Amino acid sequence: MWTAFLRNRTALVGGVIAVLIVFVGVFAPWIAPYDPLAQDSFYRLADRSVKHWLGTDDFGRDVLSRIIWGTRISLIIGVASVVAGLIVGTLMGMMAGFLRGKTETVIMRFTDVIMCFPDLILAIAVTAALGSNLINLILTIALVMTPRFARLSHGLILSLRERDYVVAAQAIGAGVPRILIRHIFPNIFGELLVAGTLWIGVAIRLEANLAFIGMGVQPPTPTWGNMIREGVDVLINAPWISVFAGMSILITILSFNMLGDGVRDMVDPRLRGE
Amino acid sequence: MFSYVVRRMLQSIPILLIVLTLVFIVVRVLPGDPAVAALGDYASKDAVNALREKMGLNAPLWLQYMRFIGDLGRGDLGISIITGYPVAKQVATVLPHTLLLTMSAIILGYLFGVPLGISAAVRRNSFVDYFNRVFSLLGLSVPAFYLGILLILLFSIKIPLFPVVGAGEFHNLKDLLRHLFLPALTLGLLMTAYITRMSRSSILNILAEDYVRTAHAKGVAENRVLYKHVLRNALIPIVALGGLYAVVLIGSSVMVEIVFSRPGLGTLMVGAIKQRDYTTLQSVMVIYTVIVVLINLLTDLIYGLIDPRIKYH
Repeated sequence: MWTAFLRNRTALVGGVIAVLIVFVGVFAPWIAPYDPLAQDSFYRLADRSVKHWLGTDDFGRDVLSRIIWGTRISLIIGVASVVAGLIVGTLMGMMAGFLRGKTETVIMRFTDVIMCFPDLILAIAVTAALGSNLINLILTIALVMTPRFARLSHGLILSLRERDYVVAAQAIGAGVPRILIRHIFPNIFGELLVAGTLWIGVAIRLEANLAFIGMGVQPPTPTWGNMIREGVDVLINAPWISVFAGMSILITILSFNMLGDGVRDMVDPRLRGE
Repeated sequence: MFSYVVRRMLQSIPILLIVLTLVFIVVRVLPGDPAVAALGDYASKDAVNALREKMGLNAPLWLQYMRFIGDLGRGDLGISIITGYPVAKQVATVLPHTLLLTMSAIILGYLFGVPLGISAAVRRNSFVDYFNRVFSLLGLSVPAFYLGILLILLFSIKIPLFPVVGAGEFHNLKDLLRHLFLPALTLGLLMTAYITRMSRSSILNILAEDYVRTAHAKGVAENRVLYKHVLRNALIPIVALGGLYAVVLIGSSVMVEIVFSRPGLGTLMVGAIKQRDYTTLQSVMVIYTVIVVLINLLTDLIYGLIDPRIKYH
């Protein structure tokens, strides 16, 4: 499996970039050249220079340092919301697919209803209701992710539940939780992991969208979406703020997409490049 | 076919009802009192209470809900508590702009995406294919608002070709198109990326089918195999998933409208949240979900039309 991963250039490049981004996020306090909140009134909207590699913003704050610190928020929200959505959604999907009957109807209709809302519109409405702080944003985006995982795992289970080993486990009297966790879950985990990797990108983009509207983690906390929004006001004089902050979002999402695509190719070579 | 259409339409009704109920609930749990939002923090208690009474907020929740559904049934979206205008009127002013934007993006997406997808699938692992993969990966990754900002920087600030703000006048076609170009291009590029990727993969799947090999074996001309055998079958997933992407596109249109300061449902919605204008917010969410339910319905109907296997079940 690892040799296949190393041979797949898309996955390898995506994986390396993703690891680097995680590294930057974790070690932000040691990597960032300046305090992301420190204002320098002599260097307001300064262009790129040796002192400030990516220039400064309207308050004279170092753009590079803010981008480095912003990595944390994006990654925390992206990963945490997908993990939460994966746990809840998969549990729902597995129960629906395995128990069938009324449970299935209720759970799957619920996902149908949630999916009638475009992701962003649901996220905007829920954030407006909950208020925008880190925990609420994670919960909101997890809510958007949950039906996706529920549908995916439901579909996967329908094809697995009649397999011999599942029927055999039932025959020797294994309980539903045991069958789901010990016998079925390991067989769908690969697919869930691929989808999860791809959906981390979706989650990060959703957070950036909310922040751009002004509904993300509130300033002065540096987040990429906040930076782009603040940069738009000075787009003519200081385009670098929005451009570089946006570039960070693009590269991050791209790396997770490449990684997810590549891992899927490994899991299912038939689908290569889809 | 007729019974299929009717059956499918009837199926949408319960979903729509639940969705409307959910919108009702979400708007009720929003923090803050709408009456206070309308009158300001320093309004007297009596004034707030009088407005609550007038807005029907003092009625029990079930009665508010019945009124909400009843009003919607009559096409009455209520009066905005901030502007005092009927919300239906506001929606009617901005909805054409949102529809124009998303329709243009969908058309652009299919116009460029399907041919790109075909060329990539037919010449698999060639330069064209490689280019297409990079393009569609970028398109799937870039946030709509960031792409919009880059296009503004390039085509409005560096080379001042297109206006940045507004949507132009509806009766002035040239003005309208000039304002539409960059936003439509932003969304259209994203849609092209989706459609390219999807067309490529569905054509690749069909190319591997036995009947395609049979057609080749009996000496059918290359183009004929492609158009008669491959494309017609590949069209089914392309249309079906196109509906799914159209829903994603509607979400992205909110961001594009905000970046380009275009009037539209998205700007109306975000404005309503910022002003705590709950009547407007509720109505815009209703319109969005109705559009999504309609798209899903339409997708299924087209699906039944082009895939004869479906309608008979």
